[in-house]
Amino acid sequence: MAPTPALFISFESLQIFFAGLIELIGFGESFKWLATLLAGISISFLIINVMVMATAFYTWFERRMIARFQVRRGPNRNGPFGMLQPFADVLKLIMKEDTIPDEADKPVFTLAPIALLAPTLMIMIVIPFGTFLPEDAFLSNLNIGILFIVGVTSVNSIAIFMAGWASRNKYAILGSMRGAAMLISYEIPMALGITSVLILSGSLAMTEIVSSQSVWFILVMPMGFFVFMAASTAEMSRTPFDQIEAESELGSGYNTEYSGIKFAVLFLAEFMAPLVTAAVVTTLFLGGSQGFDFLPGGIWFALKMFIIIFVLLWFRSTWPRLRIDQIMGFAWKTLFGLGLFNIFLVALEFSLADQFGGLASDSVSLTPEYMLIIGAINWIITIAIILIMANVVGRKKYTRPEPTPSPLANMGIKES
Amino acid sequence: MYGLGLFKGLGVTMKNLVSPSRQFNIVQYPNRRASPFDLAKVDNQNPVSFIATHPLKTLRSLLGLETITDRMPQHANFRGEEFAWYDRRCTGCASCAKYCPLGIIKIVTGTSGVNQQEGQSYDIDVFDIDIGRCMFCGLCVEACPYDALHMGSGFEEGKYRRSDLVINIDQLKSAEKKPSTWFRPQLTSRGHDPIKGSTADWEEVGRHEKPSLEDQSERWAKR
Repeated sequence: MAPTPALFISFESLQIFFAGLIELIGFGESFKWLATLLAGISISFLIINVMVMATAFYTWFERRMIARFQVRRGPNRNGPFGMLQPFADVLKLIMKEDTIPDEADKPVFTLAPIALLAPTLMIMIVIPFGTFLPEDAFLSNLNIGILFIVGVTSVNSIAIFMAGWASRNKYAILGSMRGAAMLISYEIPMALGITSVLILSGSLAMTEIVSSQSVWFILVMPMGFFVFMAASTAEMSRTPFDQIEAESELGSGYNTEYSGIKFAVLFLAEFMAPLVTAAVVTTLFLGGSQGFDFLPGGIWFALKMFIIIFVLLWFRSTWPRLRIDQIMGFAWKTLFGLGLFNIFLVALEFSLADQFGGLASDSVSLTPEYMLIIGAINWIITIAIILIMANVVGRKKYTRPEPTPSPLANMGIKES
Repeated sequence: MYGLGLFKGLGVTMKNLVSPSRQFNIVQYPNRRASPFDLAKVDNQNPVSFIATHPLKTLRSLLGLETITDRMPQHANFRGEEFAWYDRRCTGCASCAKYCPLGIIKIVTGTSGVNQQEGQSYDIDVFDIDIGRCMFCGLCVEACPYDALHMGSGFEEGKYRRSDLVINIDQLKSAEKKPSTWFRPQLTSRGHDPIKGSTADWEEVGRHEKPSLEDQSERWAKR
C-alpha cells in the first residue's frame, strides 16, 4: 500500500502543529509537554464527538433495521425518515430529573456510567482505519494493540457490577451478578479466538495484524471467527446474550435505577459497543482496510464494519434470549473447547508449514499459498465438526412427557 | 438437524427485510404517508385532474411529506367510549347504574318531567359515567329497557387527568349521537353504521315504532 499523507487529524501532526504554535508565541523548549497535552486533548475531543455522533445515527439505523426485520416501521416521526429521533431521545433524557436512590452508594453510582463508557471509547484509539482516516491509528500505533483491547474491555464487567451494586436494587444486583459471571466467562473464548489470530500474524500490533492478512483470516480459520464473534456478542451483552438487561425478567437489569443524563451515558456506551466490536472484528478477521484500489482504505474499512454491524442486527432481531445456564454452558462447554481446538489446529498447521518452508519474507507470517492450503483444511474440519455436533448432540430430541390420564378414565367414563 | 432452526429463523427475518409485500401489511396510525392517488381520493377528484390542479401537493406527496389520516376498517358493533345517551328516551329508572359491575354510573333524579311514550318520568339531574374505570362490557346498554343508552363508536378519548374521563350529563346531551349497533339489532336492520358517520336521532333508535297519538290515548285514557 502506497504511503499516503495522513490527514490533519493524526496525533503526530497535531503535536507538530501545536509545537509550532508554541514556538510562534515564544515559549521555549521547556514547554514541549504542552504541545503533547494539547494534541492529546484535541484528539480525544475529536474521538469522543465522532463516536457519539456515529452512535446517535447508529441507534437510529438499528431501530429502523430491526423494525424492518420484524415487519414494523420504526421511528419515522422526527425529521426525514425519523433521523432526528436519537437527538430527541437524548434531549428528553437530559431534561429529565437525574435521581439517585437514597440507599445508593452515590460515588460508585455516579462513576459507573463513566467507567462503562471510557473503555469503549479507548478501544477506538488503536484501531487502524486505513488511508482515508489517519494511516495507523487515531492516537497511537501501540505495538501491543490487541493486548490493550483485551485489557481495556475487561473493565466493562467491573463497570456493570458497579452500576448494579451501587443501585441497591434487587433487579439491578441480579442483572449485574449475571453480567459479572457472563462477561468474565466470555473473556476466555474471546482471548482464545484472538490467540489463534496472533499465531498467524506473529505480532500484537493492529497494523501488523492487518498487513499480515494476505488472505483474510475469516477464510483461513472460520472456527476462530465464529468463536470470537460469539464471544464478543456476549461481551457487549446483546441478544441472544442480553441476560444483563433482560427487560422482560429484570426490569431492565443493571440500569434499573438510572435516569436522566446518567442513563443517557449508559445507553450511549451500550450502543457504541457494536460499532467498536465491528471495528475490532474487521481488523482481526476481515483484513482491515485492505481492498481494491478504486476506493481508499478507510471506505473499505467502513464497508466491512457495516457488514458486521448488519449481521449483528440480523441476529438481534431474530433470536430470542438464552437462559443464563445455557449462556454459561455455551461459553464453557462449546466455545472454550472450540477455541482451544482451533488454537491447536492453527499452531500445528503453522509449524508444519514452517517445516515445509512456507514462511513469508518477514519470517513471522505465512505466504498466501500456504494460507489458502491451511484455510481449505480448516473449512473442511469446521464443516465436519458442525455436522458431527449437529448429528450427535441433535440425537437427544426432546420427548414430550406422557400426559397424565384423566381421573375420569379410572371410573370407566369416556370423555367426549 | 440440531441448530437448523436458528438459520430458518434468520431466513424468515431476512425475507421480512427484502420482500416488499411484507411491508404493505404495516398499518400506520394516526396518519400515513399519502400518494397523489390517495390525495385525489380525499379530494374527490380523479388523479389526472388532481395532479394538474395541485402540482405542489403532488410534488410534496412524491417526496413523502404529505400525510393523510386513515382508519383501519372497524365494525359497526364496536363498543366505543363516546356513549350515546338520549335524554328524551331516558326515564331515570337507573337500570344501567344497577347493572354496572363496576358501579361507575351515577344517577341523581328529581320528580318531574313527562316521558313522550310512557307517561311520567323522573327529571335527571346527574348522569355521570366514569369511563376511566369502564371496561366496556356493555351490560348497562343491555339493561336499558327504553333503548336510551347506547355504546359509542369512537376510541380516541385520551385525557391528561383522570377526572376529565368522567362524562357528565351535559357532555352526554351535547355529544354527537353516533350509537354503536352493538346489542341494537334494530339499528343494524335500518342500515345505520356509525363508522361511516351516520348519526341517529332519538326517534330512530328505539326497538319499536313510535306509537301514534291514538294508540297512546287508547292505552292510557281507557284505564
